[in-house]
Amino acid sequence: MATFLSARHEPPAPGDGPVIKVTDLTVMYGDRPVLWDVDWEVPAGVLMAVVGPNGAGKTTMLRTILGLVRPVAGSITVFGRPPAEARRWIAYVPQRTAVDWDFPATVLDVVLMGRYSHLGWVRRPGAQDRERALEALAQVGMVHLAHRQIGQLSVGQQQRVFVARALAQDAWLYLMDEPFAGVDATTEQALIEVLRGLKAAGRTVIVVHHDLQTVPLYFDWVTLLNVRCVAWGPVTTVFTADYLRQTYGERAGILSG
Amino acid sequence: MLAPQVEIMLVAALAGAACALPGVFLFLRRMSLVGDAISHAILFGIVAAFLIVRDLRSPWLMIGAAGTGVLTAVAVDALRRTGRVKEDAALGLVFPALFSLGVVGIARGVGNIHLDLDAVLLGELAFAPFDRLTWGGWDLGPRGAWVMGGLLLLNLVLILAFYKEFMLSAFDPDLATIFGFQPAVLHNVLMGMTALTVVAAFDVVGVVLVVAMLVVPAATAALLTDRLAPMLGLSVLLGLLMALGGYGLAYALDLSIAGSMATVGGILFALAFLGAPAHGLIAQARQAARQRERLAQQMLVIHLLSHEGTEAEREENCIRTLPAHLRWDPAFAERVIVRAERAGWVVREGDLLRVTEAGRQAAQEILGANGGAPSHPPS
Amino acid sequence: MGFVFLMDPTFRLVATGSALIGAVGGVLGTFALLRRQSLLGDAMSHAALPGIVLAFLLTGSRDLPLLLVGASLSAWLGALLVVLITHRSRIRPDAALGLVLSVFFGIGMALLTVAQRRPTAAQAGLERFLFGQAALMLPQDVEWIARTAALIFLLIFLFWKEFKVLAFDPAFAAAMGLPVMALDILLTTLTVLAIALGLQAVGVVLTSAVLVAPAAAARQWTNRLERMVVLAGGFGALAGVLGTLLSTWIGRLPTGPVIALCASGIALFSLLFAPRRGLAWTVKSPGGKRRAGPSG
Repeated sequence: MATFLSARHEPPAPGDGPVIKVTDLTVMYGDRPVLWDVDWEVPAGVLMAVVGPNGAGKTTMLRTILGLVRPVAGSITVFGRPPAEARRWIAYVPQRTAVDWDFPATVLDVVLMGRYSHLGWVRRPGAQDRERALEALAQVGMVHLAHRQIGQLSVGQQQRVFVARALAQDAWLYLMDEPFAGVDATTEQALIEVLRGLKAAGRTVIVVHHDLQTVPLYFDWVTLLNVRCVAWGPVTTVFTADYLRQTYGERAGILSG
Repeated sequence: MLAPQVEIMLVAALAGAACALPGVFLFLRRMSLVGDAISHAILFGIVAAFLIVRDLRSPWLMIGAAGTGVLTAVAVDALRRTGRVKEDAALGLVFPALFSLGVVGIARGVGNIHLDLDAVLLGELAFAPFDRLTWGGWDLGPRGAWVMGGLLLLNLVLILAFYKEFMLSAFDPDLATIFGFQPAVLHNVLMGMTALTVVAAFDVVGVVLVVAMLVVPAATAALLTDRLAPMLGLSVLLGLLMALGGYGLAYALDLSIAGSMATVGGILFALAFLGAPAHGLIAQARQAARQRERLAQQMLVIHLLSHEGTEAEREENCIRTLPAHLRWDPAFAERVIVRAERAGWVVREGDLLRVTEAGRQAAQEILGANGGAPSHPPS
Repeated sequence: MGFVFLMDPTFRLVATGSALIGAVGGVLGTFALLRRQSLLGDAMSHAALPGIVLAFLLTGSRDLPLLLVGASLSAWLGALLVVLITHRSRIRPDAALGLVLSVFFGIGMALLTVAQRRPTAAQAGLERFLFGQAALMLPQDVEWIARTAALIFLLIFLFWKEFKVLAFDPAFAAAMGLPVMALDILLTTLTVLAIALGLQAVGVVLTSAVLVAPAAAARQWTNRLERMVVLAGGFGALAGVLGTLLSTWIGRLPTGPVIALCASGIALFSLLFAPRRGLAWTVKSPGGKRRAGPSG
């Protein structure tokens, strides 16, 4: 509640530290481990892909960064703080399928939700917020559909709306869960331009990604995750056949040494 | 000629057992509320059929009502398919409307129909012994017992005959289609079975107890067993218990019979919810505590392994600093380390903890079971 | 015209009460519908019965507010049990709802037989809570209903954007730092209050119809949440007044089923003839989604 009330305009405390620092993190769903003893760091200003097979804990990782999942062991800080206190600087793009697209709302209504975090309780979005929302829609090429009902959008357009909502949040850290899943090629190109723009503006972007082919094309950093964190770092050094094999099976990491 | 109390118990027990059978399949197909909807909607069918045949004893009344029940299920499904409303709303739209029509019909006293609103909700179980089946001057006993017994028999025969078909189409409709079992037909058989049973039981115990008899025994049985055949058996048994126990409670405290039966059903469910051997809350809590300890040992070994031979090993794998790194309470950490030592997974070397070969094997199994896994033993 | 009773102060009182009840039900039903909790309302209204009877048994009072406090508490307990059962066991929501609905109602009916043995039971008229009897509303009841309705509307106005994002995308709401659990509890409490208000006129058996039908009707006419809430409130009020009117006119009828039928009629009409979404248009032009009503 405190996060929602606090002013969100000031940027996170500058410093040389990583944006996210994870130590010995273990997360369980019931008796099933989803993340096992993960050590991980994300430096500021990277455009990072998180890849790994199904059930590797990618979404859980995002939810842990947001403080929505409580780890059974280990620690995590975001901008040097506990996750719940850092939410004001984070924009989250859930999987498109997580919501009911038959909901009675227009495109602009949904994007305006991104502004709610700046408003605090009771206040309604004003002219400025509408302007910012329209700007965000322009960034994803959707202004002309601002007043369309969301149920009438294509998959790619729905995803653009979700990204525009995140842009309207004016955050410092962007977490996106499979934003390219099921979208058309044009949308994919448009979205990757948006992500590059964020990186150029010094923002940190973490994207759960499923298409290994495009990792070196789109991203400069990558994390290979499969319950354990197999490797992370610049794409050029980490995105190797050897690490990929470790991530997607065949050979193990820590135990074979 | 039995004592009236015994006859009431007999009718109620047969109703409980008869409802429990389709209840299990409704439960498995996540359609328990369709049973609820059918139980309400048939009131309209009864009133409408009566307006046509004008005879409360006509079997057409029952057939008409059961037809309305099946139609309700079809209408809800059709409404959902239009995409205009979701499934829950489709249910919530259809059955209150039909039920209201029925209530209005009865309240206006359509053609002197002999039902009052209390009877709609609670049935007239206490009057069951007065409605007798006679044949050639012979008194064969309460009509309700014959009707409910007949339905119990019908349900039993249907389920025994199509056991594997029902099981498969409840579990995996696609596979059932591939095998040529036509789940759509089976679905309609189930709906018809439910509707007939509900109509008959409605007359005896009223709309709300019918819902309780459909839902409660099946849900309780599901907490007690993991297999279909015992679940059906247990469900019938629980239906009987609910009816007899409820009658006992009502008799002892002079309460509404149907209300008491639903109450006893609630008590039976609560007992299973808390105390069921594998799925009860108590068993779950016990299991979780065991799991926590075992998990902690595994985490310990994996933590040690992942820092083994690294620069940070002195710091990370030291007994004194471990609790802080793993975020464990020191007392808990001590207990876990002792357990792990006893299991032969780790040994102390001064301040440092080292993983044994057995611990290595164990860790490998854990990681192997959890996805990101070595498929070969470490070289 | 034979509608002299429209001028009758008693009738206007009762109609005002029913309209408020319908409006509150429609507004909260909108959120229930969008969150796919339409049937939770049914379980909660049935679960209210033992609370009403217990409140009477414990206090011997027949004051409406007191009985409705009992109703709210036990409806809340019912909702809580549905959540507990679905989270902590293998029982799915459908069965959990059926369980709570039938068992709570059964307990209520059993307690009712105890209450009926009390000498004051006939006066208390607890039976009116089964199918509703709007005509029994007293001036102070309507005043009380109006106050509660005002409070509900005020809270929905204040937390409008929070409830909106909660209904559309709870994961996003939580990520934004909204206290999702607290908002959920608040919204459920408001729904419980709406149900409790409805009990007097509509009864435990059919209150869910006042939640579901106006909201489902309103959804067919608009694609904006703002308009949907207002429309649903309006439809609910219309059903309330119309139902009371009809049951007075015809006589010898509990109000609940008549109000439920009016709400269902509005929903049926909307499903068939609402511009764009109306099913009647799709039947006429099977391929043409675009060919639609006036505003399409």
